[in-house]
Amino acid sequence: MQKSDSLLTLRIPRWTLALAPLALLVALVAAFLLLNPLAFFSGAFPPLEQLNVQRVTFPAEGEIRLELINGGPDPVTVAQVLVDDAYWQYTVTPGNTLDRLERATIDIPYPWVDGEPLAIKVVTATGLTFEEVVDVAVRSPRADRGTLLAYGLLGIYVGVVPVALGMLWYPFMRQVDRKWMNAILALTIGLLIFLFVDTVLEALELAAEAPGVFQGVPVVFFGILFSLGLLLSVGRSGRMKSPLGIAAMIALGIGLHNLGEGLAIGAAFATGAAALGSFLVVGFTLHNITEGVGIAAPLLRGDRPALRTFLLLALLAGAPAILGTWIGSLAFSPFLAALFLSLGAGAILQVTYEVGRLLVRDAQRENRPALSWLNFAGLAAGILIMYLTAFLVKF
Amino acid sequence: MTVGQVDHQRNGFHPLDLLYDFDYGTVTEENGRTVREWNIVAVDQEVEIAPGVYFPAWVYGSPTSAASRKQGRVVGQVPGPTLRCVEGELLRIHFANASLHPHTLHFHGIHSARMDGAPGIGRGMIGPGESFTYEFEARPFGCHLYHCHAVPLKRHIHKGLYGAFIIDPDPERQSGEAQKAARSRNHQYAENKAVNEMVIVMNGFDTNFDGDNEVYAANSIAFGYVQDPIPVRRDQLQRLYLVNVTEFDPINSLHIHGNFFDYYDHGTTLEPTLKTVDTIMQCQAQRGILEFSFADFEPGLYMFHAHQSEFAELGWMSFFEVLP
Repeated sequence: MQKSDSLLTLRIPRWTLALAPLALLVALVAAFLLLNPLAFFSGAFPPLEQLNVQRVTFPAEGEIRLELINGGPDPVTVAQVLVDDAYWQYTVTPGNTLDRLERATIDIPYPWVDGEPLAIKVVTATGLTFEEVVDVAVRSPRADRGTLLAYGLLGIYVGVVPVALGMLWYPFMRQVDRKWMNAILALTIGLLIFLFVDTVLEALELAAEAPGVFQGVPVVFFGILFSLGLLLSVGRSGRMKSPLGIAAMIALGIGLHNLGEGLAIGAAFATGAAALGSFLVVGFTLHNITEGVGIAAPLLRGDRPALRTFLLLALLAGAPAILGTWIGSLAFSPFLAALFLSLGAGAILQVTYEVGRLLVRDAQRENRPALSWLNFAGLAAGILIMYLTAFLVKF
Repeated sequence: MTVGQVDHQRNGFHPLDLLYDFDYGTVTEENGRTVREWNIVAVDQEVEIAPGVYFPAWVYGSPTSAASRKQGRVVGQVPGPTLRCVEGELLRIHFANASLHPHTLHFHGIHSARMDGAPGIGRGMIGPGESFTYEFEARPFGCHLYHCHAVPLKRHIHKGLYGAFIIDPDPERQSGEAQKAARSRNHQYAENKAVNEMVIVMNGFDTNFDGDNEVYAANSIAFGYVQDPIPVRRDQLQRLYLVNVTEFDPINSLHIHGNFFDYYDHGTTLEPTLKTVDTIMQCQAQRGILEFSFADFEPGLYMFHAHQSEFAELGWMSFFEVLP
């Protein structure tokens, strides 16, 4: 027997090695909770309170509903509610005290005035106030057939119709020169770049509205990376490299973007932040028409696809807008909206990469520069058209 | 309206205690002169000012106040105890600071600079654990107030260090009609017993320290006299000593429903300074005496509140309950 056996060569079973640090952690936490060795740092400080109002809805005339979440580290007790600087009757479910990350609903019977702003403040037991300002008080949509139909139709008008219209240019585009086809691809890339930037900025804006504990802004970046990575891995399979595959990926990315657009529109109409003017509908049609062109562009090479294919692609890109308007009007959450938009942005980025590669490969085959003046003009035109048509829909 | 009930037991004082209590201190004779003494202590105390809303207040307390006598120990209250005396008496206020911060006692009255309770003058600010006796003659007669004058001034006032200070007129110094009025105002005379005397200090609380009051009240508790309306007998003259100590807002006011009153600005006259009005306004530290009667009125609830509707909806709303 060798006397120089070190401790490290002793036969300690693996499970002990895995569990020992955990056991130590448990012991450390227990000791901390029992003995409170860092008592130096605790003083007579009031709790750190943070209440986030997730949504304010007006379910009926004379009714206001607040959905709250405790986004802070300490429990918060709701003591009183102020509506327009007047203490008002209210009920809170499930209870007055919200633990960390707990949700509650406050119902206030208040004669709100249609179309006028309203400021609601929640006063906690320590006297802190958390305010939510409603820009315009409007009756919130209910999930009944009429509402679903109306918002669904809105989604179709904003999503499916423009994409389908854009695809109608396919026969014309098939007739043109090779170099013009590539210019159209460049236009598609321009459009996608605009959509990427637009989606990311919208996502960040929404993420900022979410409670800090959900870390909305970092999640946007992680969402982009996640969907980008996922789609790149999926795209490595041969099927995805075909013209139809690329068109489908573009449609998917645009679909996710339109989901986010639907969320924004649905929420805007439901909260009275926007009224449906013909201006808005025309605007969306023009703005999204180029998306149809972009989806059809990769299909210009190879066999002419069946009509069914175009319809399915249009639905893939446009139908999510319907889902978006439904969710946006009935159950909007800034965090989830930001998340979906970030996934969409990642998808758009991946598609931009694919279409770019297509363009470069084509140029190489014909011994022409990828970034020719014509292609560059196409790229710039894509961005410019999207920017100018956005004037009709941004507010 | 607020939701729920304030736990007055936990606070140590009830709004109706604050309304009716006059702290007369201890009276002795010195060289043929009446000397009246009080022991006032400043403490840090959490007060529930609206159901479920707790404010970290700085308050005054006195062993001879109603709240303290009920509890058998010195209880801090906001507004502080109403100190009442008679003009010409020598007043000694023994102030002890049991708070964690320096404070003073500044009286609105006629006295020397040394006894003024202003920082840097005379004894200046009284530190934690220290004490000082303020001594001066009770003059002029009227409805006055006292408050802390330590710096920063806003915070020391809005956190609750204030109270009413009443000097009764001495009828021996008056004659004719004026003497009759003085006898009614002086607590040592029988005519005073026929009058229902009340004290209301209009105040507010900035619970989130943003420079704006979230709660307004008559005697600290939001909607306090809605939960417990003030009983009023039709066979009595009503006399209300009203003081405004609201911080942050330039003015406060009082309006009575269904009735009018005579107003004695500062209470320093025996004739009303304003006759037959139903709304008066007061800036911070302005005060006065309201006299009115509900004789021959229908019994019922008569509202009175600040006529800044914002203050009324934030807690400064009350009821007189006229009894049959």
